Amino acid sequence: MAKEVSPGVLALRKVVEDVYADARVAKKEGKLVGWSSSKFPCELAEAFGLNVMYPENQAAGIAANRDGEIMCKAAEELGYDNDICGYARISLAYAAGKRASRKFDPETLEYVINPASGRPLKDADGKVVIDPETGKPKKDPKTMQPYTVLDDIYEIEALPETTEKEIAYKNFRREAIKPYRQMRMPQPDFVLCCNNICNCMTKWYENIARMCNVPLIMIDIPYNNTVEVHDSNVAYVRGQFDLAIKQLEELTGKKFDEEKFNEACKNANRTASAWLRVCDYLQYKPAPYSGFDLFNHMADVVTARGRVQAAEAFELLEKDLAEAVKVGKTTTPFPEKYRVMFEGIPCWPKLPNLFKPLKEHGVNVTAVVYAPAFGFVYNNMDEMVRAYYKAPNSVCIEQGVSWREGICKDNKVDGVLVHYNRSCKPWSGYMAEMQRRFTEDLGIPCAGFDGDQADPRNFNEAQYETRVQGLVEAMEANAENKEG
Amino acid sequence: MSMEVLLKEFAEISEHPHRQIQAFKAEGKKVVGVLPYYAPEELVYAAGMVPMGIWGSNKKTISMAKEYCATFYCTIAQLALEMLLDGTLDDLDGLITPTICDTLRPMSQNFRVAMKDKLPCIFLAHPQQRKPAFGLQFTMDQYQHVKGELEKISGNTITDEALRTAIKVYNRNRAARREFVKLAGEHPDVISAVSRSAVLRSAYFMIKDDHTAKLEALNAELKALPHCDWKGKKIVTSGIICDNPKLLQIFDDNKIAIAADDVAHESRMIRVDAAETGDPMMALAQQFADQDYDVLLYDENSMQNRRADFVVKMVKDSGAQGLVLFMQQFCDPEEMEYPYFKKALDAAGIPHIKLGVDQQMRDFGQASTAIQAFADVL
Ligand code: SF4
Ligand code: SF4
Repeated sequence: MAKEVSPGVLALRKVVEDVYADARVAKKEGKLVGWSSSKFPCELAEAFGLNVMYPENQAAGIAANRDGEIMCKAAEELGYDNDICGYARISLAYAAGKRASRKFDPETLEYVINPASGRPLKDADGKVVIDPETGKPKKDPKTMQPYTVLDDIYEIEALPETTEKEIAYKNFRREAIKPYRQMRMPQPDFVLCCNNICNCMTKWYENIARMCNVPLIMIDIPYNNTVEVHDSNVAYVRGQFDLAIKQLEELTGKKFDEEKFNEACKNANRTASAWLRVCDYLQYKPAPYSGFDLFNHMADVVTARGRVQAAEAFELLEKDLAEAVKVGKTTTPFPEKYRVMFEGIPCWPKLPNLFKPLKEHGVNVTAVVYAPAFGFVYNNMDEMVRAYYKAPNSVCIEQGVSWREGICKDNKVDGVLVHYNRSCKPWSGYMAEMQRRFTEDLGIPCAGFDGDQADPRNFNEAQYETRVQGLVEAMEANAENKEG
Repeated sequence: MSMEVLLKEFAEISEHPHRQIQAFKAEGKKVVGVLPYYAPEELVYAAGMVPMGIWGSNKKTISMAKEYCATFYCTIAQLALEMLLDGTLDDLDGLITPTICDTLRPMSQNFRVAMKDKLPCIFLAHPQQRKPAFGLQFTMDQYQHVKGELEKISGNTITDEALRTAIKVYNRNRAARREFVKLAGEHPDVISAVSRSAVLRSAYFMIKDDHTAKLEALNAELKALPHCDWKGKKIVTSGIICDNPKLLQIFDDNKIAIAADDVAHESRMIRVDAAETGDPMMALAQQFADQDYDVLLYDENSMQNRRADFVVKMVKDSGAQGLVLFMQQFCDPEEMEYPYFKKALDAAGIPHIKLGVDQQMRDFGQASTAIQAFADVL
């Protein structure tokens, strides 16, 4: 997906980078750093000026960096079953101190390079250089990486540091932990859990609280069977907001800062509105960008929606897109022939594999469910409660279908690609019925495939390609029928 | 009635829930299916209807449910749907669908969609913050909704008085079941693992007054027995459900007795009673608030390992030498709590095995080998 990067995208990247960097600095300064589920009301933490990190985004990042499997396996070693959500497994392994690290020689303190890693070496003309000895492409040494190994920060910290050699070794081992930000997230001093997206969250965060011996602040959002959120549900969650505020006051020794809270709400609303407008650019035909990019930006909405910089970055991206549409440019690296909705979370470790057959067939993703799921705007506390009540997996089937059919229509999709995500039971649990409804209501074909958002072992590439192929054929037939 | 006759009756009922439904219907009663977990059955009783517990099935195979479900869901939920689709549960007049885990959340929608125009499905969402005042209020609001829907099905108004009576009936039944669990642990020579399960399982298929009457009679017989000098081993069972007679037979064959249990289908559901005085709806909400030590429920003191400690104490108090965990495949609440459970058991020096099970298991060879090997180390 190589392409030029627009100023808006760069700004968004910086916002997320900053959130992680700020948390690392805060931790060093002895300030509290928390971990939060993605749809916990961040406005509450912002009111106390707390640094908060998001394990789901972290896990997605770790998976995208190809370390999902080693971290999942580490969790399994700790006793967590491989049926448990991959995000939870990665996060629990991380909370337990496990890290993906780079292999090195303890004597020489040099990395041990994996000969299988790296990209092919290209000559000045961009042609792949062939090794005359093996007849295979030569590797570009700059892109070669050390072997990945599992390490444990608590083990490292327990190492002796009396001799110079010991100190050097210990420091090197610390430094060998993979340097990307998700693998360098500080351990939590408190955790914020909101189970609106899944109940798995409840026990996941309880486990972290136990592991790290830190307090847990819980907002429970029971599943909802109706499109509207009843006053009774609002009252229940309001009660919990008040309790959470009290707990945060105790934790920080500060009073709830109404002004900061209002500021955070304002920012969150502004970010959400800009996010929605960015999503809406996928309505253009052809779309000025690939919907796959939204998956990345979603991390930005989650991690920084209460920050003014996030709102500004999305607004900047919006401008870039307006310009792109005006001049008829798109960042999608192929001509758009078909438009589909991608249902579910992508398989992060397999993004290139997901993308490949789509590109081959000219299929652009122009709708993702995250658009409406994270784009909520509210005017007061009760509306805020209602907004947090409507998470991807807390809504009834009618609401879920209506969100999706709304974006399918608005973004003019020709078909739906459904990810039966082994990790996410609440999400995948009513997809079969949804598929039937999409086809019945919108007259568009759907195809499902089996995968996993974080654990690459659960993705079957051959099956995926066949299903995409099938979907393309059905969309083609549909288009021919329409033409008569 | 003699003990044998009583045990035989429990076994018959436990193995033939469908026959029970037909018998109730023949008497002109309405029957409401109750899915796990923690649905206030008392309301069904108070409405003059019969609650039938639906915890999957040991005899069915998933087929029609595939139209709604991917493969990676527990058989308890999938087989409940299967029985709704294949006609087994056609005689039901209603269904209560709780949503406390990530499987039951979307399944509540599948049940409702699949049973559209056929069977009223009553939705129930329990709060996890069940102890504070706002949590109690939310439980009451939810139960109020269930009550209203049950009234529509039955045509009866549920009065406070009827509900208070129901609470008394249920408290008495829970007490009898708790006592039975204790007595069965003390008299494994006469109560096998297979019949213990049948007695407890049949409670889900009987009107509680009848179950209590029979069970109190059985308990009286057991109490009159002399002290049993058990030569075999004793264990505690844990998990969501272990009611397959073929699986339990392996325990009997190896002289392994069940001293106590931390099983959802058995003791977890009968630990807490509701107050018999005051506002009965509040009493039911408070009862739910008081539920504890359950992998399905939020623990305010999550920094501690309370649930595991509770089971460790149970093992010690019951005189068991080890614990057998029946791990339902695809049950993430159970799986999530396993590492800390294991930690507490190991720390206390309690040996345990984790048996992966599901309700479509028909071959118990592997389980048998594992259980035998476990018995040898106890
Ligand atoms: S919503 Fe699904 S993917 Fe996300 S944490 Fe929960 S189970 Fe995992
Ligand atoms: S067995 Fe586990 S996953 Fe299945 S319904 Fe029960 S708690 Fe939920």
